[in-house]
Amino acid sequence: MPAVSKGDGMRGLAVFISDIRNCKSKEAEIKRINKELANIRSKFKGDKALDGYSKKKYVCKLLFIFLLGHDIDFGHMEAVNLLSSNKYTEKQIGYLFISVLVNSNSELIRLINNAIKNDLSSRNPTFMCLALHCIANVGSREMAEAFAGEIPRILVAGDTMDSVKQSAALCLLRLYKASPDLVLMGEWTSRVVHLLNDQHMGVVTAAISLITCLSSKNPDEFKTCVSLAVSRLSRIVSSASTDLQDYTYYFVPAPWLSCKLLRLLQCYPPPEDGAVKGRLVECLETILNKAQEPPKSKKVQHSNAKNAILFEAISLIIHYDSEPNLLVRACNQLGQFLQHRETNLRYLALESMCTLASSEFSHEAVKTHIETVINALKTERDVSVRQRAADLLYAMCDRSNAKQIVAEMLSYLETADYSIREEMVLKVAILAEKYAVDYSWYVDTILNLIRIAGDYVSEEVWYRVIQIVINRDDVQGYAAKTVFEALQAPACHENMVKVGGYILGEFGNLIAGDPRSSPLVQFNLLHSKFHLCSVPTRALLLSAYIKFINLFPETKATIQEVLRSDSQIRNSDVELQQRAVEYLKLSSIASTDVLATVLEEMPPFPERESSILAKLKKKKGPGAVTVELEDGKERGELNGGGDRGGDAAIAASNASTPSPSADLLGLRSTAPVSGTTPSAGSLLVDVFSEAGPSATSAGVNDDGFLSSAPPTVASEDPAPPLPESDELLNKFVCKNNGVLFENQLLQIGIKSEYRQNLGRMYLFYGNKTSVQFVSFNTTVSCPGELQSQLNVQTKTVEPLVEGGAQVQQVINIECLTDFIDAPLLNIKFRYGGALQNISLKLPVTINKFFQPTEMAAADFFQRWKQLSQPQQEAQKIFKASHGMDTEVLKAKLLGLGTALLENVDPNPENYVCAGVIQTKAQQVGCLLRLEPNAQAQMYRLTLRSSKDTVSQRVCDLLAEQF
Amino acid sequence: MIGGLFIYNHKGEVLISRVYRDDIGRNAVDAFRVNVIHARQQVRSPVTNIARTSFFHVKRSNIWLAAVTKQNVNAAMVFEFLYKMCDVMTAYFGKISEENIKNNFVLIYELLDEILDFGYPQNSETGALKTFITQTGIKSQSKEEQSQITSQVTGQIGWRREGIKYRRNELFLDVLESVNLLMSPQGQVLSAHVSGRVVMKSYLSGMPECKFGMNDKIVIDKQGKGGEGATGQSIAIDDCTFHQCVRLSKFDAERSISFIPPDGECELMRYRTTKDIILPFRVIPLVREVGRTKLEVKVVIKSNFKPSLLAQKIEVRIPTPLNTSGVQVICMKGKAKYKASENAIVWKIKRMAGMKESQISAEIELLPTNDKKKWARPPISMNFEVPFAPSGLKVRYLKVFEPKLNYSDHDVIKWVRYIGRSGIYETRC
Repeated sequence: MPAVSKGDGMRGLAVFISDIRNCKSKEAEIKRINKELANIRSKFKGDKALDGYSKKKYVCKLLFIFLLGHDIDFGHMEAVNLLSSNKYTEKQIGYLFISVLVNSNSELIRLINNAIKNDLSSRNPTFMCLALHCIANVGSREMAEAFAGEIPRILVAGDTMDSVKQSAALCLLRLYKASPDLVLMGEWTSRVVHLLNDQHMGVVTAAISLITCLSSKNPDEFKTCVSLAVSRLSRIVSSASTDLQDYTYYFVPAPWLSCKLLRLLQCYPPPEDGAVKGRLVECLETILNKAQEPPKSKKVQHSNAKNAILFEAISLIIHYDSEPNLLVRACNQLGQFLQHRETNLRYLALESMCTLASSEFSHEAVKTHIETVINALKTERDVSVRQRAADLLYAMCDRSNAKQIVAEMLSYLETADYSIREEMVLKVAILAEKYAVDYSWYVDTILNLIRIAGDYVSEEVWYRVIQIVINRDDVQGYAAKTVFEALQAPACHENMVKVGGYILGEFGNLIAGDPRSSPLVQFNLLHSKFHLCSVPTRALLLSAYIKFINLFPETKATIQEVLRSDSQIRNSDVELQQRAVEYLKLSSIASTDVLATVLEEMPPFPERESSILAKLKKKKGPGAVTVELEDGKERGELNGGGDRGGDAAIAASNASTPSPSADLLGLRSTAPVSGTTPSAGSLLVDVFSEAGPSATSAGVNDDGFLSSAPPTVASEDPAPPLPESDELLNKFVCKNNGVLFENQLLQIGIKSEYRQNLGRMYLFYGNKTSVQFVSFNTTVSCPGELQSQLNVQTKTVEPLVEGGAQVQQVINIECLTDFIDAPLLNIKFRYGGALQNISLKLPVTINKFFQPTEMAAADFFQRWKQLSQPQQEAQKIFKASHGMDTEVLKAKLLGLGTALLENVDPNPENYVCAGVIQTKAQQVGCLLRLEPNAQAQMYRLTLRSSKDTVSQRVCDLLAEQF
Repeated sequence: MIGGLFIYNHKGEVLISRVYRDDIGRNAVDAFRVNVIHARQQVRSPVTNIARTSFFHVKRSNIWLAAVTKQNVNAAMVFEFLYKMCDVMTAYFGKISEENIKNNFVLIYELLDEILDFGYPQNSETGALKTFITQTGIKSQSKEEQSQITSQVTGQIGWRREGIKYRRNELFLDVLESVNLLMSPQGQVLSAHVSGRVVMKSYLSGMPECKFGMNDKIVIDKQGKGGEGATGQSIAIDDCTFHQCVRLSKFDAERSISFIPPDGECELMRYRTTKDIILPFRVIPLVREVGRTKLEVKVVIKSNFKPSLLAQKIEVRIPTPLNTSGVQVICMKGKAKYKASENAIVWKIKRMAGMKESQISAEIELLPTNDKKKWARPPISMNFEVPFAPSGLKVRYLKVFEPKLNYSDHDVIKWVRYIGRSGIYETRC
């Protein structure tokens, strides 16, 4: 195309664009583009060099085609060439193309960087600005690597134009945000800070964005900016609206700069220097004063700018939280806004007041606006404003106005928007609990809550009611009565049924005296709701029924009838069926005493952080909830599902009552008995899954862990040994060292040596967690007759095991006479407040005291014949459970402690061993013969010794090894 | 059943809108425009389901025809109808374009009233329609004529009226076929089929009974058993459809095609064959990449039919890479040109006799790009027209009997013509 008019307007481009716009169909458009692309390709390919104008034009066309959504895979080189042009328009188009199209991994990046470098070092401010904009627009890591060092220099150089400084500051900000590690301010810091003093307001505005970002990352380096910012702010605030000329916006001097300065100050604590602080307070007062002045203009821009500064100032005041005078003034100012006709302003006022309410200085001031806020909650048309009003009510609530606020929120809840109902419910529940003076009020409130907004009442809320009712004797009767009344409504929310079932099951007896709420009436009332409920609720109701049998024996027949009905005992849901079957059995087998013990009233729950609060925090994120926590944070565990707790409780009851299906539940058995009731667990004790120490771990891990974890019982008595401790014992028959036990918390290693009838054992307790174990205590006991057979001495260990640390314990063992059982090791400690109790068998077995004896074949057979009495021999034929590798077998026989005799048995496949067991009382000679049968994968083991019990024991031990 | 029929221009503006059933609302018009015509991604499926309403569309140049229904209709029937509709419109006013549709919109509504009744397709035979739907203004028809039309349209033979008289009884038969081919660079046939039509134009008096015979394999084999040795080849027809005038019962029983033809033009049958196809042209491509900036292409075409026959309108389309910056073409015959807007070299030859070959070679210069994608090498496609049927179909006879009038089969002047065209005729390179 001939280069026609050499002006700025590119006719070819205009024609092309209008062609495209006139295309009637997509196909026509693609045809036109293909034609144009071919044309550009041939032009770029052409040998004669293109002039800058046509290059610019074609690059523009390519850019346009790219923006239409077509791929462009050439023309980059031409665009880079444009960068070195001296004409502004050409350079601009080049940079435009590059910032839109060039990706960071292009090979051209080196060329581009070079061009940018040239422009940066040129004296032409326009070119420098173009280059800086390109860097900022691309903002890639490569760019940062290449120019992060250069830009600060330009920024602080004395001879840089103001416009370039502005661009440089913003460009640096962009690079810093993209790759903060590459932008190192170091030496430039103080000079950058001093940009706050620059004459040019634009530079200050740009620089302050940079400084705010930098100082939020490393506040200490930029500390000096505070005083500069304050003086700058005071200059702006005190200036007349006409002083700043270009930077006055609708009679407000430099509103953007003021906001940014105030925001920068929010990164720092109040200035310590008295003078600076005085000046700042003066500024803030001036801003507050100005808000009172009549507006200088009716335009909305004027008030917006003014209010922007005001709100920023108020957030600074709240941030400092040290000037009661200012806080109260801010609060009053916001109070005025609460009734402003501008919705946005009302919203902002409510939002800021929320934070003001948490300050001790302004809390009272905020409270004076309660009526307005309640009104806002009721009448605001915008849901987000109503939400803020609800937040503010929550924040300003204290003991004095709790009843009013809770009542208002409850009444509003009936008409509240669905989106905020759940949050409102949580808030009401928390406030009701926190400021409850009398608990009947609390119970009323929560039951009301469930009645009004049952669907939005989460599990945590009703868990909490039950916790509180159980912990407070004084409200139990009242709660039972209220619940009973509430249940009489024809349509009840399921949560109400849950609360009702639980409370009547526990405390139904308290209202049973009244004939209107006699046991049978209570039961019928509950059961009338049964069929409308979901499975978990039904399960809970079944538990309530079995408690009724305990509370009111006269209902036994009725309830058994219900349990026996097909819809229960043959229910398709496993949980319900199991409960029905077990409760039915329990009620018919167990005596009244046993029933009373099993179904005893719930023990009080330990005090802890309200789970509702945790839920609200989770919902809103930190910061929104300003109510201080009642309890320590260390109990982070939420309430577990009531359902699982129920299971555990039943399992516990099974442990004390011989029930045929005990094993079914034993799988999950955690025997949750709280420290105060060492008797067998009472029913439903673990609804809140606090008691069992395993519950804490169950919270961290999943159920799978629960079922495989050892039952760590939290009572003070030693727990029964682990079911797998016998296996552990077998593991150590043929070896002396290894890991004895390991779970999520603890690892026990073992190392032992034996000589004659004496042994020494080292136990290593490793804490696998990062939390220390407290009151760590271990005991070794010899149950039964073992006491007279074995003498065990232990040294006590340190009661504190640091997280990740290991402690060692030495145990000395003396074998008095031969023995069968193994001594028990009991370990107790507290982990995170929960008592852990583990019992294990110590791997001390009779064979540990073997003394090997070498003898010739003749000797062996002579002794073998001597020990020919039937009781002296023990024989076992068993299947191989491991491979029949000879080396392994030999190693095991040697590990047993006997001497392995070669060339004794005529059959080379057989193994023959001999040894003497050393006890204090006597020495027992022992001969062993092991005959493997490789075809059948069977062994025959024969043992002969001078003592029949020894033969039997060693034979038993050894049989498990192969 | 079709609930409504809309015609749009390329902008999505409605030119014709005819709703036959109550279940199709006005919003259906907009739904199709928004979801198909103006869709962000091009809609390639001819059937679109929007809010439980099915839209069947065909596109003729820039015009969209869409049939709408809420019922579970036979999609093939709807498309058959749409194509028929296109044929009818073409027969009335020529090319289907926005301007023609705007100029004839009264006619189109009239046609739509006639060929669709409550959404059920009716007689769409152009010849029959032309007798009572005319473009030439209202001609006062005599009562006689009117009753004749009624009896014809409602009668058993709705496609032909009685009492037609010609001085010369003439009959034209066109066998039109299109060959589709996909061939590997090595010359291996990957897929090939022929779809053909037999179009008849008859100017016969009275109500003639016609019988059409061709070299259908089944028929030939049957006769071959009778003793008459099968001369020449016979072809295996995969499937075929007939005009409504053909007596299907007779075809099923004896495989003979007998009918009373409509006056004027009609499509007698459609068929498809896949075996023993005569491929009229062979394309031999040779592509060589010389470095990153140059591509050499050589294409040889060979004609593969009797030397006495002449192929016409030959066009070979050789795709070029997307980064082509210049093309030099040398060809022995015809004209070749690089068309940038289509990214292809188009080589046109007016005529070419059988058993000949011709060659084109091109040098394509490429612009080096930083794009690592390799060129996909789309296939070379070809267009042509040959005066024979590539499927091998032969018309053996077309007998005309008119018992009432005194002319016999021998008096009828018959013309038979074969035209083979290219469908999608592609060779990979």
